[in-house]
Amino acid sequence: MIPAHFDYVAPASLDEALRALADGGEDAKPLAGGHSLLPLMKMRLAVPTLLVDLRRLEGLRGIERENGDWRIGPLTRHADLQRRADLGVVAQTAALIADQQVRNRGTIGGSLAHGDPASDLPAVLAATEGRVTIRDAGGGSRTVAAADLFQDYLTTAVGPGELITEVRIPALDGWGHAYEKFTRRAEDWAMVGVCALVKRAPDGSCEDVRVAFTNMASTPIRATAVEQALRGGPLDDAAIAAAAEHADEGTDPPADLNASADYKRHLARVLTRRALQRAAGS
Amino acid sequence: MTAIETPQADGRHVGRPLKRKEDPRLITGRATYVDDLNPVGTLWMAFVRSPEAHATITSIDASAALAREDVVAVYTAEDLDLAAPLPMAWAPPGIDLNVPEHWPLARGRVAHVGDPVAVVIGEDRYSVVDAAEDVIVEYEPLPVVTDPEEALRDEVLVHPDLPSNTVHEWSLGGGDLEAGFAEADVVIERRIVNHRTAGGAIEPRAVLAEERAGHLTVWSSTQIPHFLRLFLSIMLDLSEERVRVIAPEVGGGFGSKLQIYGEEILAAWAARKLGRPVKWCETRSEAMMVTHHGRDQIATVRVGAKRDGTVTAFHARILADLGAYMMLLTPMVPSLGAFVMSGCYRFPAVQTDIVGVMTHKFATDAIRGAGRPEATHMIEVALDQLAVELGLDPLEVRRRNFIPADAFPYETAIGITYDSGNYQGTLDKLLEHVDVEAFRAEQERLRAEGVHRGIGFCTYTEICGLAPSRAVGPSAFGLQGGGWESALVRVHLTGAVTVYTGTSPHGQGHETGFAQIVADRLGTDPQLVEVIHGDTSQGPNGLDTYGSRSLAVGGEAIARAADKVVARIRRFVAHKLEAAPEDIELRDGRWIVRGSPDKGFTLPEVAGLAYIPEDIPQDMEPGLEEVAFYDPGNFVFPFGAHAAIVDVDPETGKVTLVRYVAVDDCGPAINPLLIDGQVHGGIVHGVGQALYEQVVYDESGQLVTGTFVDYALPTAAELPSFETDRTETPSPVNSLGVKGVGEAGTIAASAAVANAVMDALRPLGVTYLDMPYTPMRVWNAIQEAAR
Ligand SMILES: Cc1cc2nc3c(=O)[nH]c(=O)nc-3n(C[C@H](O)[C@H](O)[C@H](O)COP(=O)(O)OP(=O)(O)OC[C@H]3O[C@@H](n4cnc5c(N)ncnc54)[C@H](O)[C@@H]3O)c2cc1C
Repeated sequence: MIPAHFDYVAPASLDEALRALADGGEDAKPLAGGHSLLPLMKMRLAVPTLLVDLRRLEGLRGIERENGDWRIGPLTRHADLQRRADLGVVAQTAALIADQQVRNRGTIGGSLAHGDPASDLPAVLAATEGRVTIRDAGGGSRTVAAADLFQDYLTTAVGPGELITEVRIPALDGWGHAYEKFTRRAEDWAMVGVCALVKRAPDGSCEDVRVAFTNMASTPIRATAVEQALRGGPLDDAAIAAAAEHADEGTDPPADLNASADYKRHLARVLTRRALQRAAGS
Repeated sequence: MTAIETPQADGRHVGRPLKRKEDPRLITGRATYVDDLNPVGTLWMAFVRSPEAHATITSIDASAALAREDVVAVYTAEDLDLAAPLPMAWAPPGIDLNVPEHWPLARGRVAHVGDPVAVVIGEDRYSVVDAAEDVIVEYEPLPVVTDPEEALRDEVLVHPDLPSNTVHEWSLGGGDLEAGFAEADVVIERRIVNHRTAGGAIEPRAVLAEERAGHLTVWSSTQIPHFLRLFLSIMLDLSEERVRVIAPEVGGGFGSKLQIYGEEILAAWAARKLGRPVKWCETRSEAMMVTHHGRDQIATVRVGAKRDGTVTAFHARILADLGAYMMLLTPMVPSLGAFVMSGCYRFPAVQTDIVGVMTHKFATDAIRGAGRPEATHMIEVALDQLAVELGLDPLEVRRRNFIPADAFPYETAIGITYDSGNYQGTLDKLLEHVDVEAFRAEQERLRAEGVHRGIGFCTYTEICGLAPSRAVGPSAFGLQGGGWESALVRVHLTGAVTVYTGTSPHGQGHETGFAQIVADRLGTDPQLVEVIHGDTSQGPNGLDTYGSRSLAVGGEAIARAADKVVARIRRFVAHKLEAAPEDIELRDGRWIVRGSPDKGFTLPEVAGLAYIPEDIPQDMEPGLEEVAFYDPGNFVFPFGAHAAIVDVDPETGKVTLVRYVAVDDCGPAINPLLIDGQVHGGIVHGVGQALYEQVVYDESGQLVTGTFVDYALPTAAELPSFETDRTETPSPVNSLGVKGVGEAGTIAASAAVANAVMDALRPLGVTYLDMPYTPMRVWNAIQEAAR
C-alpha cells in the first residue's frame, strides 16, 4: 500500500508530455485519473520510475459530435460521460463503473490504454467498433480499431512512449442499446458485463446486432455466434433467448474468488439475453 | 428513524435524540488520530512479513537494508529482550489450554502469512517500506493445515513443538439433555458454518511511542488503553506509573482493536532503545492480514422438540478455528455464545461443547458480538429448520418457546439469570410493521413473475455489559481481570463539568450520551459537560470499551459519581438555605428547597459555594468532584425481534436485501439517535456477513481476500433504509435501567437474513444453505436441488 520511489512531472503541452515519456524510457508511465495505475503501484505490482501526469493537457478533454462519430478526448472522465445521456450506451456504461469517487477521477483514455478485461468501457468500444488515435514523440500518429487495441490481459497496442490522444465512437443513431453488468456490490468490477447493440429493420427484424463481453476472456471479446444467430432474423423474445444460448462460445473466462468459469459462462448467457431484450425494446 | 433534536439549557436531556457532540470535529476533519501526530524526530517502522503460511526461517540478511542511508535499525526476534510474550488473558479454572508462545517477531519459524520476521526502522514512512523489501529472508516451507477439521487430526501440526493442534475443550450445559432428546417427537440436526470475517475498521491500526525522561507515552488506535498500559508495563518490565497510553480519536474497532498487538509493543520497545519517537501506521493490506479476524466456527446443532414445536433439548457442538496464535481472548470468544445458547426460550436442557483448534491462519478473536452472533445464528436458523420439519409457522414455534414476560428475572437451564425481557412484546411490535399475511400473498404473486422473495425472522437475546467481576473473574469464568468501571465527575468553579470515564469509546457517541446523563443530574446543559476518555493519565483507572459495556457499566459509574456530586450539592445548598439536604431538589436548573422556588442556586452558584468555601458546613471538604467505581451485580440482556426480506434472482443466484425491520429493547433510551446509529451499523455488520463478507484463505494458507476489492464490505448502495423501532423494558441491574446495544444488530441480523434466503429458496428445493449467500453459492445450490 506504499508505492516505491518514482519521479513526477506534469507537462503543460502534449508535445512536452510525449517528450517526457520518450526521455523517461520503458519505465515512464502516463498518469491520467490514476485509478488503475496508482492501486497497482501501491501494491508494488507496477513500479514506474517516472509518472508523466496528463492533467494539465486540457485539449485532451471533451466530447464532440463529428459526422457519425463521437470524438472524445482521452482525459474525459467517467463522470463527464455519465452525464451525457446523448452518448447512449457510453453514458449508460460509464454510470455503472465503480462508485462516484472513482468516476470523478477515472478517464476513458486510461481505461482503454490499461486493457483490463474486467473494465467496462473496452467492451463498449469493441461493440461500437470504435477506434483510438495513438501518438508518439517522433510525430507518429496512427488509428487503431478496437479489435486491434486490446491484445491480452493488461496489454494494449499502446506502446511505451505513446499516448492515446483521441477516442472515436460511432454514434450508431437509431440503434437500441444496453449494458448489463453483473456484480456483487454496486461498486464492484463486473463478474461479467454484456454490451448489446441492436438495429431493427423497418419490418421489425434484426438488421444488425453487436454483442461484446467484459471479463469473459483476457480481452474484451465479441460474441460473434450470438450476433450471427440473430442477424437477419426475427427480433422477438424466443429468437433472442435462442441466440443468447450461444453466448459462451469462444469465451475463455478467468475464474476468480466470486465466479468459476462455468458460472461466468452461465451468467454470460443470462445477461446476453437480458441485454438483448433491453436493447431490442429501447 | 428518529428525528434529531438540539439541546436545551433546561429540562430533561436523557431520552432525547441530541445530535452527537463529537460529530462536528469528526466530519470536518478536525479530529486527531494517531496518524495526525508527528513529534519532531519521529522514526517509522515497516515490517518484513512472511509470505509463507508455515516455514522455518533459515536466514535473515538485513545488510542491504541497513546500508540504506535513512535506515536506523533492523531488528529480528534475537534482538528483542522482552520480559514476557504477548498475552492471552483467559485461564478457565480446571481447563488445560494448549497455547503456543507468541512474540512480536517470529522466533525461527513462521505460522501464518504475514507473521512478522523483522522490523525496519528509519527516517521516512516511504523509504522504510523500500528497505523492508531489501531484507532477504530464506524460508524452508513446512506442511500447512488450514482446514479446522483436518487440523483436529494432528497429521500436520500448526506448531511442531506442541503435542496437538487442539487448544482446549470447554463445555457449559444444564438440564437433562438425554431425557430431553428421549422425550422429543422429532430431532433435527444441522451442520451450520459461521465463516471467518474481518472487523473492517475504516481507520487501520496505528501506534506512536515516545520515551522522555524515563516516561513512556504510547498513542495507539486501540479500544483498550488501560490494558495496553498494563501489558506494556509487563512486557517491557517498566513500572506501570511510568507508562501512559492515549487512545486519541479511534476510527472504529468492532473488536479488532480489543487486542494487544506485537506492533504496539515493538514501537514502544524501539522508542526506548533508540531514544526517538517511533511510529507505525498499518496499511489496509496489513489490516486484512494481521488484524484479528472473527467467527470461523463449524457447529453441529441438534434440536429435540415436541410435535407442537416445544423444544425439549438443544445441543450445540462447536469446532472453533482459532488460527495460529492465541491472542488476548482468542480461545474464550466462542464460550461467550454458550451463555445465551437458550436464546429467548424456555429450553429445559441446553448443552454447548466447544473444541478450539489451531490452523495456519491469523488468529480469530472478538469481532462485534463475539460468540453471540454465532450462537444466535445457530439457535434462530435451527428453529426455522425445525418449524419447516414440523410444518409449523416459524413465529409460532418461537412464541411457544418464549420465556414469558412475567417470568423475569429468569434462570435458564445453564444457571444464567436473564435480568428482564418481554420477547412477545418486541415480536408484537415488529408485526405492527410487518404484515406477514400480506407478505405471503405478495410472495406468491412475485414468484409467478420469476422473483423469489423470502422473509426471515430472528428473535434474540444476548448477554452484555461486561461484566460482574464475580462472574467473569479468575476463579469463575477465568478472565484474568475484573469487570468494573470507573468515573470521575468534576464541576469547575464556573459550573462547567468534566467527566472522566474509564471506558474508551471509538465512534459510538458516548461523549453525548454520558453528557446527557450528567447534565440532567446536575442541572446543566450537555454542551457544558465535557467527557474525557482514552488517556490512562487522566481520571481513575478504567477497563475500556468492548462487550457493549460502556453505558451499562461505564454509564452507571458516571451516574453514581454524579449522584455523589449531587449529595454534596444538596449539603452545600441546604447549609446556605438552612434546610435539610433531603429537602433540596433540582427544579428548572436551580437547586431549591422543595416547595420554595424563590430562593435557589444554579450549578455555577453551587460551584462558587464549593470552591470559595467561606460558608460551608464545618465537617465538609470543599470542592465539587467525586469518583465512583461500579461493579455490576449481573450482566444485562438486551433483546429484540428482527425481520429481513430478500429477493433472490433464481437465474443468477443474486440475493438483494429489500427490507429490514428491527425492534430492539435495550432498556430506557438515553439518546435514541445513538441507539439508531448502533443498530443501523450493527445490522450492516450482520447483513455483511450473511451476504457479502468473508475472509478466504486458500489451501496453502495464502490470504485470498487481501483488499476491500475482494473482502466485500457492503455499502449504502446495497442496502435498503432500515426501519427501526424500540420497546423499553428496564433492567433491574443498574439505576439507569439500561442495556448495551452496540452489538445487538449484528447478533440478530445474520440469522434473519439466512432465514429469509432459505424462505425464498425453499420452493426451488433448497432446504439449507450456509452463509455467505454469494450469487455463485446460491446459484450452485439451486442447480444442485434441481438435479
Ligand atoms: C475501487 C475501484 C473500482 C473500479 N471499478 C471499475 C469498474 O467497475 N469498471 C471499470 O471499467 N473500471 C473500474 N475501475 C478503474 C477505473 O475506471 C480507472 O479509473 C480506469 O480504468 C483507468 O483510468 P484512469 O484515468 O484512472 O487511468 P490511470 O490509472 O491513470 O492509467 C491507467 C493506465 O493507462 C495509462 N494511460 C492513461 N492515460 C493514457 C493515455 N491517454 N494514453 C496512453 N496511456 C494512458 C497509464 O499509464 C496506465 O498504465 C475501478 C477503479 C477503482 C480504484
